[in-house]
Amino acid sequence: MRILDVKIVSWEQRAEGLFALSLESREIARATKAGQFVNIRIGESTSPLLRRPFSISRTEGDLIEILFNVVGRGTEMLARKKPGETLNLLGPLGVPFGLDGAYETAVIVAGGLGVAPFPLLANDVRKKGKSMLSFLGARTAAHVTQEYLENVHVATDDGSMGFHGTVVQLLEDFWMKEKPKRTKIFGCGPTRMMKALSEFARGNRVECELSLEGDMACGIGICQGCPVERTSGGKKYSLVCVEGPAFNCNDVILA
Amino acid sequence: MKTDFTIGSANFKNRVLVASGTFGYGDETKELVDVAGLGGIVTKSLSWKPRDGNPPRRITETPSGMLNSIGLANIGVHAFIEKKLPYLRTLDTTIVVNIAASSVEEYCDVLRLLDDQEGVDAYEINVSCPNVKEGGLNFGTDCSKTAEITSKLRPLTKKPLLMKLTPNVTHVSEFAKAVESEGADGISLINTLIGMAVDIRTRKPKLSTVTGGLSGPAIKPIALAKVYEAVQAVDIPVIGMGGIVSAEDAIEFLLVGASAVQVGTANFIDPTTGVHVAQGIEEYCRKSGISDVGELVGALDAKVEFSVLQSWL
Repeated sequence: MRILDVKIVSWEQRAEGLFALSLESREIARATKAGQFVNIRIGESTSPLLRRPFSISRTEGDLIEILFNVVGRGTEMLARKKPGETLNLLGPLGVPFGLDGAYETAVIVAGGLGVAPFPLLANDVRKKGKSMLSFLGARTAAHVTQEYLENVHVATDDGSMGFHGTVVQLLEDFWMKEKPKRTKIFGCGPTRMMKALSEFARGNRVECELSLEGDMACGIGICQGCPVERTSGGKKYSLVCVEGPAFNCNDVILA
Repeated sequence: MKTDFTIGSANFKNRVLVASGTFGYGDETKELVDVAGLGGIVTKSLSWKPRDGNPPRRITETPSGMLNSIGLANIGVHAFIEKKLPYLRTLDTTIVVNIAASSVEEYCDVLRLLDDQEGVDAYEINVSCPNVKEGGLNFGTDCSKTAEITSKLRPLTKKPLLMKLTPNVTHVSEFAKAVESEGADGISLINTLIGMAVDIRTRKPKLSTVTGGLSGPAIKPIALAKVYEAVQAVDIPVIGMGGIVSAEDAIEFLLVGASAVQVGTANFIDPTTGVHVAQGIEEYCRKSGISDVGELVGALDAKVEFSVLQSWL
């Protein structure tokens, strides 16, 4: 974990309202594991005051990539940053996805911007010699980004691409037909989607890890701002920033 | 350059500490901060038993500030002594342990247990948390209760006792006088201000507890006025805090009369802030030809007599 000023190398739009920012940091790029995040200070002023957490989407050499939607003042400012400008990063942070285990196929299930951590995961899955199935949910065809993923199945809310419905419904259909074996699910997306995914995973007895989001200030366990309710283990809450963001779906209760 | 100062038996190598709840138990930031550059660390508030804290959402950003409703989530004093204090003992800085409780007896029990431990240099008593139902603000806004807690704790320790007061009262000077007369060695001021934020899309409050504690640069002017009011009322040292992010901010607090400062919310953005603030104060003194940082304390050049000012406070 380091605090570093890093240079913006490039910037591109990946889908409707979805941007990718490539940043140069050898230290962070080399230390990052799939599922970890960086906490980014977007400006020097007190507005916005706090850092904003972003999944590390991909690393390549000394570069790290983050994906983001413009949702508020912080991300609006981020979208106006130009290559050559610097951002102050704290990272890499958090507990990565658990990639070891007896599974043979990693099943990626992403809703909307929840696709963010998966290009890096896909890369590590390939390196481990495992195969991959990807299920992406988006509002419309224009919102879909499937770069760096394999065996992609798409669900859209309006039916403009792939399955007309939710990504978890698409997954259920696929499971009924194909009955895949020796799988592990990795999920990220809106809470409602992750709740449905947890139910699916439990019902089908598939191991499932979720990457959660939390309103956090520090990202390193000191502000105590990002609790998620636990199912067991002697205390009521885990902190998303240091005990996650990757959690086994059986260990957390999604609000 | 003389940077150190003392409160009772506790020596602080400089006048910049990190505030309770913004630096954990000291071990979370060990990869990032050399705490030898800090005057001291004030721990997260400790209660007798562990506390889960409030449900999410606990944090939301506001203009130049943030609201929190953590609810004193902490590991409890026993786990602190077993798991955190051994590491804190190894640090080259002064350790102030913050205590929160929901009864006078609980404050006393926690302090008694800690007083036998090596490595605790001073206590800061939180009578001002706005985010818990029992203890916290209903103690901190009651002057006689605040005085009672001070008087019950005073005989239990020879170590410095700092009372952390709330700004959510009409006259903080009355509270400052009350704790001074009951034997407090110092005052920490200010805890967070009660605040609120609303999501207009869902029409729900942004925090699960509806209201929370406001901190960050937004509150600095209020904090300065409260510290100024308190230092006029008492002779014991006042440690000032509220929105400090830079040496310039800290120097303002020293000039109005704070003997030291605490850096709080800024640690969430950069936990090295306290170290940089301490360095910046030294640099300011060097440039101004000052050989002891203490010369800044109360050096405000105010044209208005405090007695006149009192009617405005």
